[in-house]
Parts: sequence; C-alpha cells; structure tokens
Amino acid sequence: MPEAATLEFRGAIKRYPGHEEPAVNELSLTVPAGEICVLVGPSGCGKTTAMRMVNRMIDITGGDILLDDRSVTDREPAELRREIGYAIQQIGLFPHLTVGDNIATVPRLLGWDKPRIAERVDELLELVSLDPGDTRDRYPAQLSGGQRQRIGVARALAVDPPLMLMDEPFGAIDPINRESLQNEFLRLQQRLRKTIVFVTHDIDEAIKMGDRIAILKEGGHLAQYASPAELLMYPADKFVEDFVGADRALKRLALQRVRDIDLWKAATVRVGEPVPGARAKLDDADIDYLLVVDDDGRPRGWLSDRGLSGERVTEEFRSKAQPVVEMDDVLRDALSDLLESETRYGAVVDDGGRVQGILSLEVISHVLQAPPEEVPHGADAFVPED
Amino acid sequence: MTLAQVQIQQREGGTCEANNGFCPDWIADNLDRYVDPFLQHVFLTVTSVAIGFVIAFALALLAHRKRWLLPPLSASSQILYGIPSVALFLLLLPITGRGSVTGLIALVSYTLIFVFVNVTTGLDGVPKDSVDAARGMGLTERQLLWRVEVPLALPEIFAGLRIATTTTVGLAALAFFAGAGGLGEEITRDKGFQSNIAVAGGLAVLLALVLDLLILVVQRLMTPWRRAAM
Repeated sequence: MPEAATLEFRGAIKRYPGHEEPAVNELSLTVPAGEICVLVGPSGCGKTTAMRMVNRMIDITGGDILLDDRSVTDREPAELRREIGYAIQQIGLFPHLTVGDNIATVPRLLGWDKPRIAERVDELLELVSLDPGDTRDRYPAQLSGGQRQRIGVARALAVDPPLMLMDEPFGAIDPINRESLQNEFLRLQQRLRKTIVFVTHDIDEAIKMGDRIAILKEGGHLAQYASPAELLMYPADKFVEDFVGADRALKRLALQRVRDIDLWKAATVRVGEPVPGARAKLDDADIDYLLVVDDDGRPRGWLSDRGLSGERVTEEFRSKAQPVVEMDDVLRDALSDLLESETRYGAVVDDGGRVQGILSLEVISHVLQAPPEEVPHGADAFVPED
Repeated sequence: MTLAQVQIQQREGGTCEANNGFCPDWIADNLDRYVDPFLQHVFLTVTSVAIGFVIAFALALLAHRKRWLLPPLSASSQILYGIPSVALFLLLLPITGRGSVTGLIALVSYTLIFVFVNVTTGLDGVPKDSVDAARGMGLTERQLLWRVEVPLALPEIFAGLRIATTTTVGLAALAFFAGAGGLGEEITRDKGFQSNIAVAGGLAVLLALVLDLLILVVQRLMTPWRRAAM
C-alpha cells in the first residue's frame, strides 16, 4: 500500500429517498496526500455523512469519490474498507477481545501470519505511547477512556492504511486528556504523514488539527475549503465568519509560536558596564529601554534613560524583566502574558533562558498582517514539547 | 390409577413403608430401579434442548438478518409455549403415537421461545458502535455475525439456554403422558409414598442443578471478558 493517498470528492451527492434536500450536496474538494482535511460544521451539515461516503458506509447517489484516481464505487465495500483506517468517537472497541486482538482485526482479515501480527501489535502500542506488555492482554473494559481512544487509533493504523477516516475521535474525552491526545496525534502525523479526513463540530479542534478545513453548512453545502489561517483571515461569507467566531485574530495567533516570527532585537547591558556604551546601545535599539541581563545572558530588569545617570550601569531597574516569553510559546499565550504585565514588552528567551529578542504588541499586530501562506498549519504548526 | 395401587401392594418392608413415610432403608434398597427412568429423563432433556437450541438459534439468526420475520417468529414461539403441556402431549398422541418421539417434539417446542427470545435480545444488545466499527474496518456481514455479534450475545444466549434447560427438566416429568418415560413415571407410580417422591423428585431437582451448573461453567469459559470488567 502507498504511504498516503489522494482523496477527491467530485460533485459527490447523497440524497435519501423521501427527503427533498440532499444530505450532502455536490461536494467537491481534494485532499492532497499526507494532509489532514477537517470536515467541520454545525450538526446536520452532513459532515459525518460525507466522511462515511468515502469508505462506502454510505453510498453516494451522485457524483464520484476518487481514491488515488480510482472511484470508490468500483470497489468491493469490505475490501475497500480494509485499506482505509476507521476511528469513531465511540471508538467501538470489541469488548470481548483483548487489546491485542482488537488491534489485530484488519491484519487477520488480510491473512497476515501470527508472528507478523504480534510484532505489529506491539509496534502500534508503542506508537500510541502504551506499554505492550502491560496492555496487550487486557480487555477494553479494563482501560481508561484515554487509553481506549489510543487503542482505537492504533487499531485504525494497524495495516498502515494510506487514508484514515476519523469521526470526532477525541470527542468523548475530557478537555485535558483531549488536548494531550490531539498533541500526541499531531506528533504521530509528523512522522506518518497519512491522508486523514477528520470530522469535528469544534472549530478550535479543526483549526488545531487541520492542514485544510472544509466548513459545511446545513444541507451539505461546502461553505469554504481553505487552510486554517486563510479561513480566519478571509472568511468566505457571513456563515463562515460567524462559525469561526469573533476572536478570529486570537485564533490565528494560536497557530503560531514565538519562534516562527521576526522579533525585535534586544539591547542588552550588564550591571557594571560603562554608561556611555550603554547609552549608545539605547540609541540603536528598537525600544526606549535597555534590558539588563546577568552573566549568563538571562533577563534581570528593564532600564530607562533616567537610570543611566552615574558612570556605570546599576541595579536600579525601572521594572523587573516581566513577562519572560519562551520561543516555544504559542503567540496567543504570549500576547496574554504581555497584556497582563505593566510593560509593553516581553523578553524572549531560549531553552537556556538566554535573551533572544523582544516581543511587543506591535510585533504581534504585524504578524497578523502577514499573508496566510506564511502561517503553518496542522502537524507543521505543532512543535513537540521535548 | 390402577397401576399405583398395584405398586402399593408390591411395596415391601416394615411400618415406615406401610405409613408412606420417608424411609432411608427402602431408598437404599430400591435406588437401582430409578436409574433407567433417570437416564431417560436426561436423554429427553438434553436431546430436546439441543434440538430446540439449534432450531431457535437458526431462526433467531434468520430474523436478525431479515427483520420482518421477527414478529411472526416471536408470535409462533409464544403460541407454542402457550399450549398447556399435558394437552400438547395428549394432542400429539394420535399423530406420532406413544413414545420418546412424541415427548421430544413437545419438549422441543417449549424450549424454542427461551432460546429464540434470548438470542434475539442478545444480538440486538450488541453495542452499535462495535458493529459500526466492525463494518467500517471491512468485516463482511458473515464475519460480523460470527466474530462480533454472536460472541457479544453469548451471555444472553447462555441465559436462555439455562432457562430452557431447567424448564425442560421440569416439563420432562410430564413426558410419561406421551409414553416417553422419565422420572415423572416413577413419581406417579406411587405418589402417596414419601420415599418415592423424595427420590424421583430429588433426582429431577439434582439434574436441573447439575445441568445449570454445567452450562454456567461453559459460559464462564467462553466469555472470559465478562469478568475483566470488574
């Protein structure tokens, strides 16, 4: 099987007998290989129907759906489904089978031999951060919700399918575990680069997970198909604008990290430095303050022109070096830190705590003017914690 | 009831026997005459439950696939169950004659409802998300049935089998009406004698308990996942 497939909806229609309006109405969009396409919209918009049309859990009544240029309607449903990973909100683990046997479902259908299956099960458990020896022989009822969700993802990945369908896979999880599962999944996607169709009703999840987002409105109409940043900057209509929410700029800042943007240069001085030199640095700096750092380059406090009275720089800071922003911080969080503090500037430090630059409200508003192509998305926007 | 009187006359022993009492000595001496009726009772029970299970299980699977069959099949099994057992035994006599076959036909017809209803309920109770996941992963309808639905319905199926078995042990005590023998014949042969009632009745109760326990053990072995939830 290829590592990732290209998926194309070509005017796909689902019309139920007895209903005047189709559930999905001439849906056309292409998901490039290796990208996450999020289908999002209010309930009744046909997002789940659209997803289920791909593996023929629901058959289209018009148009076509192509997987690597081959129509899904030409394929035997059971055979097609074995090539497509399938994970749903309720997970649907088989309660009568052990975790190992659950994961082995599709490999067995495809006739893999026992050693290969056993090896693959352990590999997948490790992939989703579970200990194979501890988990393999347990039954689903013996696991926590988060663990079950991981098993569901592992089971969907069992035969390394080129396409994955995920219907609110993290929907039934509490917010804290949900966030960590999302992060874990994006980290996984950085390695696997599967083509993924991901259904959710949560626009924040869509913005976080999607390389591209398809917003559907009632009656199965595609309202907009774009990258998260593009959607936030140029909503196609009132519906999209309302759906993404009034805090579009803040949502966009959530897509970027401090390390992704151009910072102001910091004018740093050390205590005991001669004042004339420090004053010269202040004249060159982007802002009216000098940042006093210790011998290791860590920020200690802000110094204004008035503080440069004697011969040497003293510890009479105008204010402490608060806030301190880290390179991996999400811009939205960094902005929040800035708004909370009395200074308009934040010292940005690297992993060692050394000053790398200055973040200001002006820098952030400048970022918001950048074209959407420059904003990372999906797994690319995600920086691993370690 | 002339038969019973003959038996009383043939009864030997002292005052205990004469008073129709509970006589351990008599029981010890006469136990062997219950062996054949007991084995016949076991045969009637096990055979009719087995045949009834196969028929009802097959019908339940059919109704599971073709939903429109469910109401008529349910109704038929209920009607069969609604016929008083003695009446059914007697009704069958002119058709199938006296003997085991008549007894079995009647007993089988009573087991149908328990197995049918429980298999149907069990299959309906399979979590919808497991069924959806199974289809979504590419199990065919047949694979879905045998690998997911039937295993998950096992607790219900076994429950039906247990009710059917214990009920049949009781009903088989009436099979002598059809000339099929069993412990019922011994009970009526001398129903005024406590020792006789105690042995024949006791054997029937024992049989019900043993069979029930046996099925329970098999169920525990076949559904290890049920204990994992605790």
